[in-house]
Amino acid sequence: MSDSQETNSGQSLYEKLGGEAAVNAAVDIFYRKVLADHRINRFFDNSDMEKQAAKQKAFLTMAFGGPNNYNGQDMRNAHAHLVKMGLNASHFDAVMEHLGATLTELNVPAELIGQAAAIAESTRNDVLGK
Amino acid sequence: MRSITIGESTFSCQPDETVLETLLRENIQVPNGCRQGLCQACLMRSIDNPPPVSAQVGLKDTLQKQNYFLACVCHPEQDMTVALPNQQGASIEAVVIKKQLLTPDIVQLVLEYQTEFNFFAGQFVNLKRPDGLIRSYSIANIPHHKKILEFHIRRLPNGQFSSWVYDELELGTQLTISEAQGSCHYLPGRAEQPLLLIGTGSGLAPLHGIIADALAQEHSGPIHLFHGSRDLNGLYFIDEMRELAEEFDNFYYTSCLSGEEIESDHVRGRAHDIALSSIETLSGWRVFLCGHPEMVNQTKRMAFMKGASMADIYVDAFHVAQEKK
Repeated sequence: MSDSQETNSGQSLYEKLGGEAAVNAAVDIFYRKVLADHRINRFFDNSDMEKQAAKQKAFLTMAFGGPNNYNGQDMRNAHAHLVKMGLNASHFDAVMEHLGATLTELNVPAELIGQAAAIAESTRNDVLGK
Repeated sequence: MRSITIGESTFSCQPDETVLETLLRENIQVPNGCRQGLCQACLMRSIDNPPPVSAQVGLKDTLQKQNYFLACVCHPEQDMTVALPNQQGASIEAVVIKKQLLTPDIVQLVLEYQTEFNFFAGQFVNLKRPDGLIRSYSIANIPHHKKILEFHIRRLPNGQFSSWVYDELELGTQLTISEAQGSCHYLPGRAEQPLLLIGTGSGLAPLHGIIADALAQEHSGPIHLFHGSRDLNGLYFIDEMRELAEEFDNFYYTSCLSGEEIESDHVRGRAHDIALSSIETLSGWRVFLCGHPEMVNQTKRMAFMKGASMADIYVDAFHVAQEKK
């Protein structure tokens, strides 16, 4: 398990964003945006909404620099069936868009949004099976 | 060192070990995934004592109340007796004391039991008839000093159990009842929260219990019930619900018919359509959905998109048992 990422001020990104409470506040907003987006919601259809929300929460926790078991190979395996369905960079971009919009909606400062986006971005190749 | 008991076996939990790690080390099959308390694959239930609160983070409040926890993040604070969600606990015997038609399609069954039995109104049990055939039905009443359980059973075409209840089950017959299951029930707290309850057909059964529970616990926020069916054979308790709405200022009842027949007494349309179009936003609401699986799943998504938090949506989809020929 990787520790929360340290930043200059001594407080981690995860702490600055507000930790688990912030993830909880973000997950409904984020998941709602994803489901409302016709470009990508087919990848989230026919799924148990509770389980799907738990996965979104895991993703957001990681993007927030929180405790996670991020493993590139697991990420590849988990998304392989979606890649077969046609998941590509444009869909990943759409998700990144919603991550940014969610954090903006929660009044997170731009600098921290940038840091969270960078963490999420680092999973791109694994998610897309590149 | 803490001990973990599951079924007939007891194991020692090593220092720093989680419940999941202990069980897997002892070759007990436990579904698991992320191992960091997120995916909820390793959901288990503590039978004897409340589990550590830290092992319940992120679970639905009704599951927390029933002592469910995530084994992968559970460091036992005391000895624990645990079970997997699908592991049946003790069952009890109950006797049929009332059987009455509510509509030509739905029968009310009341059973009386003698032993201790804990449940939340809205949960379901497995009813087992003497030859062993089992079906799940929701409990329609709140815990009662009379020790009774009420069920509303819809007759399904070719339904083995429901046809038997209709045609053959006699007063005095003994049935076996599993422990109560399911997370679709009321919890006190947040008494001013608006409640939306949508049910189709005998989906009114759990909602009937949930409403009684909320009112008994002095829920002060508005409680909106929408009960729908295609035709009148699926609508029942109409007078009772209207009387309840007279009695309680914060309870509102709308009966809906989606079929072709003209019936001026009820709103025309599907219950969930009427409910959702009558409410601007569900942000801050608690939502209960029971009955037809398609209605439940569709409405769950619609309610979420309309602003209800995922944590505040409670559902019970009535799946029809696949008959094994």
